[in-house]
Amino acid sequence: MGSIKDKVAIIGMGCSQFGERWDTGMSDLAIEASSEAFKDAGVGPEDIEACFFSTVYAPMGGTGSSAAADALKLRDIPIIRNENWCTSGHIALFEACMAVASGMYDVVMALGVEKLKDTGYAGLGMGRGMNPVLEARRTAPGSFALIAKRYFQEYGLSNEEGKELIGRIAVKNHDNGSRAPKAHFHNKVPLEKVLAAPVIAWPLGLFDCCGNSDGAACAIVTRADMAKNFRDDPIYLKGVGVAMDSTMPHLRPNFDWIHFGALMNSSKKAYEMAGITNPREELDLAEVHDCFTITELAIYENFGFSKPGGAIEDIRSGFFEIGGGLPVNIDGGLKCFGHPIGASGLRMTYEIYKQLQQKVDNPERQVKNPRLGLSHTFGGPPQISAVAILGNEKG
Amino acid sequence: MAGIFTAAAHIPYLKIERKTIGGAWERGAQKGCRSVAGSDEDSLTMAAEAAGAALEAGGRDGVQALYFASTTAPYKEKATAAMLATVLDLGGNMETLDLGNSLRSGLGALKLALDTAGDGKVLVASGEKRLGYPRSDQEQLFGDAGAAVLVGGGDAPVAYLGGYAVTDEINDVWRTQEDTYVQSWEGRFVTGEGYLRVTAQAVKGLMSKMGLKSEDIAKAIIPAPDPRSAMGILKKTGLNDAGQAVDSLLETVGFCGTAHPLVMMAAVLEQAQPGEKILVAAYGDGAQALLFEVKAQPVLPAVSVLQQLESRRAINSYARFLSFNGLVEPQPGEPFRLVPSATVTWRERDSLLRCRGSKCRECGTAAFPIQRICDNCRSVDQFDTVRLSGMAGEVFTFSRDNLAGRPDDPVIVQTVVQMENGARFYGLMTDADPTSVELGTPVKLTLRRMHDLGGFHNYFWKCRPVR
Repeated sequence: MGSIKDKVAIIGMGCSQFGERWDTGMSDLAIEASSEAFKDAGVGPEDIEACFFSTVYAPMGGTGSSAAADALKLRDIPIIRNENWCTSGHIALFEACMAVASGMYDVVMALGVEKLKDTGYAGLGMGRGMNPVLEARRTAPGSFALIAKRYFQEYGLSNEEGKELIGRIAVKNHDNGSRAPKAHFHNKVPLEKVLAAPVIAWPLGLFDCCGNSDGAACAIVTRADMAKNFRDDPIYLKGVGVAMDSTMPHLRPNFDWIHFGALMNSSKKAYEMAGITNPREELDLAEVHDCFTITELAIYENFGFSKPGGAIEDIRSGFFEIGGGLPVNIDGGLKCFGHPIGASGLRMTYEIYKQLQQKVDNPERQVKNPRLGLSHTFGGPPQISAVAILGNEKG
Repeated sequence: MAGIFTAAAHIPYLKIERKTIGGAWERGAQKGCRSVAGSDEDSLTMAAEAAGAALEAGGRDGVQALYFASTTAPYKEKATAAMLATVLDLGGNMETLDLGNSLRSGLGALKLALDTAGDGKVLVASGEKRLGYPRSDQEQLFGDAGAAVLVGGGDAPVAYLGGYAVTDEINDVWRTQEDTYVQSWEGRFVTGEGYLRVTAQAVKGLMSKMGLKSEDIAKAIIPAPDPRSAMGILKKTGLNDAGQAVDSLLETVGFCGTAHPLVMMAAVLEQAQPGEKILVAAYGDGAQALLFEVKAQPVLPAVSVLQQLESRRAINSYARFLSFNGLVEPQPGEPFRLVPSATVTWRERDSLLRCRGSKCRECGTAAFPIQRICDNCRSVDQFDTVRLSGMAGEVFTFSRDNLAGRPDDPVIVQTVVQMENGARFYGLMTDADPTSVELGTPVKLTLRRMHDLGGFHNYFWKCRPVR
């Protein structure tokens, strides 16, 4: 497999306010994120040669890419929509980087928009429409919670110990979110409150689950050798890795619900491209897919941030907290931003981009002199994982 | 002459104390409790549970016909017996027939099977879920259950000796095509001129025809709609003198309509001794009585009626009881993102209905549902299909989702099951106390009604703890 390390750069990004944006439609969200990105890059819609657009739910299927074209008045260029569940935003970025690296385009846009709060109900609904009965009454929390009992069992944690362990991830991310103005939630939550919260899908309580929010994020991507024509501090793509597993890894006889091929392979590919051999030491920060606290825990180990079983000690010692060895979800993650599905991957990449430029919107959460950061989404039942590693120095 | 190989009953996991129903109406209660079909059960699924158990015990080879009897079939127009044959994974070249409308159709189906089995096997299955008017005695007295009897010629251990029938038209108990609830005429007329008189005619007619005295009968299975009638018919036929009475199941299960004689038959065969003669009757616009003799102990289902009675959970809410029966409409939950499709269900019937998974011929990897390309070695179309229903499994992992269920049945135990052939089943658990599920909990698969999108009933398999 080839490499596009240091061949592509991000020269502008934008991110909307995340939250319950009752008075804000899908077009408004797209305009909000893209306007910031255009301004940041010093370009306009007329400079965009292709747009890679990610959205999952809204508007429903059969609308192609018209939501992006209509909102931004993009015309006469290809707009390519992708729907890859939670990873859609990363896939849009991946497509944009490939398009530039191929030499076909010089300036392209990756745009992720999701308007979840127009449905009239709190969750995402049940099943994914793949079969009349197989996914009946299957929800995201119910599916991801299946990881927890296996992890507790594997490492000898009682239900109470396990719940407290993942509860600490919620406490961390809520603490981080309190310093992120664009997050949906800014409230710090003590561990006692996390543990006492209503159960959504045992063992996951309310604070173990991310919120449902509206949001959009946008990246302007160009060739690395052109990047400094646009700005002094472009951010370079160091590595990408995307891995899709079969729709139902759980039908595999030996699937253990702790090790996910999609997670391990996507991170491995990205590390190899970026030249990273020890992610725990070499990465300065990471935004990973904390749709549920147990997911973040599984990612620590599948990504090699912690050794197998080592996440327990790393969580208890604060290794992933701000000021720790490897801050994870320093902006509050999906926990605090919520998870407008098609936007999240680009929103997480936005945080890495701003951190690497040392330009985050609240200096209290700025990591000192970061060089390398990772963003990641993980979706499906779960089955698909996408990783991007960014750096602020061209190699 | 033909006889019975084995019989099985399915007593639903849920029951309700009759005082819970009476209390909701601030009125008195009958004794005991009644069974309640779960929110995912109907006459088909209850019959399927019982029929699956009967086939496991009595052997599934050579079944040439399947008769399904119910007054509460899931469809007015559509063959439940054909669906039943499919979910039991029986062959296509067989006769299937629905019998309905009469409370005699369950025993009538058994008689038809005995008359037509020849040297082959016939499976008789019944399920019943009748509704009494809210506040009525019937609401308390009725019960929901399924039953199945495997009939055959030759060496069946319970031999059929003969039968006797009476036809007697009367408007005592009925439901028109438009009625939701069972209707009836004045009680004294119903009991005296209907049930007692006509049932006694059939029972006495059979004994006279066969030249039997009451002491020749070891066990008398004479279903009655209420405990008073149950005592009355034994007295009237002289069959209460020498211990012939058997548990009517009225205090623990309730009156299960056309399924009731078969449910009782399953319970009685568990106690039967060689040499005993068993009389079984059914009433409804006439009556039928059949006589059997136990020649040898039949092979019994893995789980007895008694075990089922003792492994139930009570619902303590009359509102939920009404809702399970579709009589109140609770606040809707989150919508399904499912696309109902008759074509998909038909095309994938081997997995969705027959509960078959695949096993790779190249590397042995097992999967459910059927996979054309092996997930392990990627060989294409090199698989055998394997039936997972009836197979043992255990919980590999689970979660308890408080948001995914029906509003009247809110907790969903999402489960990954390790089947004994290595396949994984990923689906819902039913018939369980969600808080008692553990890794390793032994489970079996059971057919349930999932939802009614598309205007038809969508069935699929769930797992349930072994009872």
